[in-house]
Amino acid sequence: MAPIVSVSNLSKTYASGFKALKGVSLDIEEGEILALLGPNGAGKTTLISIICGIVNPSGGTVKVGGHDVVRDFRETRSMIGLVPQELTTDAFETVWNTVTFSRGLHGKKPNPGHIEKVLKDLSLWDKKDNMLRELSGGMKRRVLIAKALSHEPRVLFLDEPTAGVDVNLRKSMWEVVERLRASGVTIILTTHYIEEAEEIADRIGVINGGEILLVEDKAALMSKLGRKQLRVDLAHPMDGVPEALSSYNLTLEGDGHCLIYDYDTSAERTGITTLLAALAEAGIRLKDISTRQSSLEDIFVEIVGAGR
Amino acid sequence: MNIEAIKSIYFFEMARTRRTLLQSVVSPVISTSLYFIVFGAAIGGRIQEIDGVSYGAFITPGLMMLTLLTQCIGNGSFGIYFPKFTGTIYEVLSSPVSMLEIVLGYVGAAATKGLMIGTIILLTASLFVDLSIAHPFVMVFFFVLTAISFSLFGFIIGIWAKDFEQLNLIPMLVIPPLVFLGGSFYSIKMLPPFWQAVSHFNPVLYLISGFRWSFFEVSDVNPVISAVIILAFLTICMSVLTWIFRTGYRLRN
Repeated sequence: MAPIVSVSNLSKTYASGFKALKGVSLDIEEGEILALLGPNGAGKTTLISIICGIVNPSGGTVKVGGHDVVRDFRETRSMIGLVPQELTTDAFETVWNTVTFSRGLHGKKPNPGHIEKVLKDLSLWDKKDNMLRELSGGMKRRVLIAKALSHEPRVLFLDEPTAGVDVNLRKSMWEVVERLRASGVTIILTTHYIEEAEEIADRIGVINGGEILLVEDKAALMSKLGRKQLRVDLAHPMDGVPEALSSYNLTLEGDGHCLIYDYDTSAERTGITTLLAALAEAGIRLKDISTRQSSLEDIFVEIVGAGR
Repeated sequence: MNIEAIKSIYFFEMARTRRTLLQSVVSPVISTSLYFIVFGAAIGGRIQEIDGVSYGAFITPGLMMLTLLTQCIGNGSFGIYFPKFTGTIYEVLSSPVSMLEIVLGYVGAAATKGLMIGTIILLTASLFVDLSIAHPFVMVFFFVLTAISFSLFGFIIGIWAKDFEQLNLIPMLVIPPLVFLGGSFYSIKMLPPFWQAVSHFNPVLYLISGFRWSFFEVSDVNPVISAVIILAFLTICMSVLTWIFRTGYRLRN
C-alpha cells in the first residue's frame, strides 16, 4: 500500500540562513501512529509545518494521499488536521464558533451534529458557549484538537499535544487518540514525554539537527537497541568482584551490596544460567534478583548522543 | 473556489465588528457630528460658498473619504495582523484556501465595514446639511473602489507589519496629512500657486475631488483623472499582493 504521507529529500533553509531540515525522507503508513522524537530545535515543527502547508519548502517534495502539498494543496490540506504546539486561540470567540470556523475554512458544509460529537468526545460540550479566554490551558488544548478534527481529517498532526497538560487530561487525550486510530486516522505526534511515545506509538522516528536519524518499528527498535540488566542483591556485601567471576564483566554497586550484569536479549546465549551457577559455586548467597529493560528514553539519549 | 472558506473568514471578521459595535459605529457618528458643529455651523457660517456649494455640504465628501480611508486601512490591516500576532494564522495557512480566497474574505469584510460606516456618515451629514448627489453611479463607483483598494492596502500593511507600531505607522502618520491636505475641507484653488502644484502630488486629492464631483459637479481635477488614479492604485495593490503570495513574504517564511 502506498504511504499516506511521503516526504522525500526535504530541505528548509530559513531567511536567516538557518538550515532547519537537511534532506529529510520519511514515509508514513495509513492508520499508524508515528512518534517523532527529537530535542528542541531538531526540526520537528518545521517538518510538520511544511507537510501542512504553513511553511514553504526550500527543496524536496512532500506527498499526502498521493498529492503534492504545494501543487495540489487543496487536496492535501483537506486531508490534514493540525494541532499546533502553541496554545493559539482567539480570546473573544466562543468554543462553538471557533470550531465551526475551522470546519468552514476547510471547505466543508456546516454539520452541527459532527461538531457536537467532537466536542462531547473531548468533554467540551458544556463549555461550547464559553469564550476561549475563560478556559484553562488544558481546555484550550482540547479546543485546538476539536478544531483539527472539525473537518474529519484522515491524517492528524499533534505537535507536543501534552505539554503542560495534567495527568488525567493527558490520559483522556490518549484515549481520544486511540479512538481516532481505531477509526482509521493516521496520527503523527511529537512529544517530549518519551514514555508516552513508548506506550502509544507503532513506529518511532528520531530527528536531530534537521536529519532523520532513524525510523523504526517500536518493538524492533526496543529489542535491537534495548539492553537488559540483571541485578543481583547480595546477602553479604563484597569488597570487589571475585576473581572467579572476572570473565562476566560485572559491576559492583550499592556499597558492595549488588552486582549488575549487562546482557543482550538478542544474543544466542545471554550467559545468565552460567553466571548464576558460578555465583553458587563461589559460595555467594543471593537475597534477590531483578531485571530491567532500557527504556525508549535511554535509547533516545544514546542515539541523539551518538549523532553529535 | 472554496466558497465555504470565504464565507467563514468574512463572517468571522464581521462578527468582530459586531462585538465592537459601539466603537465601530457610534464613534464615527459622534466625530462626524462634531465636525459639522465646528466646521459646518460655527466656522462654516462665516465662510462663503465654495464653487456655489455651501461649506457644510462641501466638506461632506471629504469627511466620508477621511473615515473611509482610515477605517478600511485599519480593518484591512488589523484583520490579518492580529492572527499573525496571536499565532492563529497557522489555521488559515494550513487550510485548503487559496490566497485569493483569503483576500476575498478579509478584504471583503474590511471594505464592507468601511462602506457601512461611510454610509452612516452620509446619513448623519444629511441631518446637518442639504445634500444632493448629482451622479449616484459615479459616487458609488468612487465609494466602492476606494473602499476595496484601501482595504487591500491595509491588508498589505498588516502582512508587512512586524509590530503594533509599524501597524499604526501609515494609518496614523501618513493618511491624516494626505487627507487633510488633499482638499477635504477646502478647494485647492484657495491655495497659493506653489501649494496648488504640490497638492497635485497627493494621491488623496484625486479621490476626494472625484468623489466631490459626483455630488456637486465641482472638482479640483478632472474626474476622469481621478478614476484613472484610483484604478491605478487598485492595480498596484493587487500586484504587490500577488508578489507577496507568490513569494510567501512574511507569511510562509
